[in-house]
Order: sequence, then C-alpha cells, then structure tokens
Amino acid sequence: MAKRTHGTAAKTRQAGKSGAPKRQTKRRTGAGGRASHDVGGLAFGPIDRSEHDLALWEKRTDAMQRLLTSPGNRAFTVDGLRRVIEDYGEQVYDRTTYYEKWIRALRNLVVEQELMTRAEVEARMAAVRDRHAKAGRRVSKAKIPW
Amino acid sequence: MVSDVGSAPRPGRKQAPRFVAGERVQVAARPVLGHCRTPWYVRGKRGIVIAVHGRFRDPERLAYHRPGLPAQILYKVRFQQREVWPSYRGSNADQIEVDIHEHWLEPTR
Repeated sequence: MAKRTHGTAAKTRQAGKSGAPKRQTKRRTGAGGRASHDVGGLAFGPIDRSEHDLALWEKRTDAMQRLLTSPGNRAFTVDGLRRVIEDYGEQVYDRTTYYEKWIRALRNLVVEQELMTRAEVEARMAAVRDRHAKAGRRVSKAKIPW
Repeated sequence: MVSDVGSAPRPGRKQAPRFVAGERVQVAARPVLGHCRTPWYVRGKRGIVIAVHGRFRDPERLAYHRPGLPAQILYKVRFQQREVWPSYRGSNADQIEVDIHEHWLEPTR
C-alpha cells in the first residue's frame, strides 16, 4: 500500500502487472449514439469478474462520496456523480477503474459546487505529492485532465 | 438492474400512478442528452409492469443539482429476453426486469 500513488491511471497500469488486465478503449460497434457508459448488449467480450481487495484510497473515495451526498451535507447527489462519469469520453471511461471514475468525478463536483476552487484542489494535491515524495514513496507525475 | 439507492422517496405532486401492475407498456425510444437511468437496450421495447416502487425525485434533474421535481413514479418492468435481444439464443421463458421511471413509459396494446 505504501508504494501506491493516489488515484492515477498510471497506478492502475502498474497494478496490471499483478494480474489485472490492462484497460483499453473498446470499439463500440453499433452503439447508435448512446453515451459511453451505456454499453449493455454491445460486443465487449467476457466480463472480468475478478475481485480485488480495496486499496486505502478506494475506501477513502467511497467514504468521501457518502459524506458529500449524506443528508447533512448534500453537496450533490449520486445522480450528479453518475452524470459526470457518464460524460467521460470512451477513452477515459474504458481506461479507468471504478474508483478512479469516482475520485475524478468527486474532484470535479466539489469545484462545480464551489466547495473548493480548482486552484485549491491542485495546491492540495501538490502538497500531498510533496509529502509522499519526502517520505521516500514513489509518486506519480500523471496529470488527470479536468 | 440495481435499484436506485441514491434517490430517497419524496412527496411531490401527488398524481396517481399512470400504470398498474400487469399493464403492458412500451419504453420510449427517444434519444436523450445528459443523465438518464433508462438503459439503451430497453428503449422502444415492450414489457409488463410488475411493481410500482413509489415516487422518487427525478434523477435526470437531480444530476444537474436541480430539486428533481416533479417526482416520478418508478416501476419495475419485466421484458422477455427475446424481445430485448433480437438474436437471443436462450430459453423463450427468460426474462429481465428493469426499474424505469414513468416519463419513459407509454401505454401499448
């Protein structure tokens, strides 16, 4: 866990070495104009049903979503989270894991709802990267597009 | 389809459900821009209402930070698999049940 970086596609591809297949953009033959997430019935090959233990950042992502959408906070709804994820292009949608989709959406939604500015999020991420680098952990340089 | 845990039932404009259990319905075939919970593969398909779940705020509006009103009745609709998938090779008795909001359903004969 300590060697893992936070929520990047690069991290997932590293994880691929330990068994999970590398994620690639899938061709959507006959999709007929549907959104990139709505793939039921398209020829996508067998479903990967393998399970994995959740990383700490994945559990934290889940907790953040629950807190932000809880009745006391209502920063947005889970419908809003789905909307942001469904708006991803096919490449992003297909090449990200479940919680990678969530953490990207949460990041954008806190800015969209003006809980934090984009500059504040980026400054915080830079500070976290620095902290991990100073502790001698491997830190991803990947930039996740907004 | 997993039921929508994200939207708690809310009192809205109290209109009676348009459909009752046992009624034949057809899913609207319209395209949509933005969030919606009706999967592409059932659009235009005919099924039977088997349950009325209740009234829920509209996820198509909640997704954009709107109040989600008017609330929509949510139904459980049962389809024959061979109706949903034209090249279905399984048993003719196979079915699939999907939760669909009222504004996506039309009456059929």
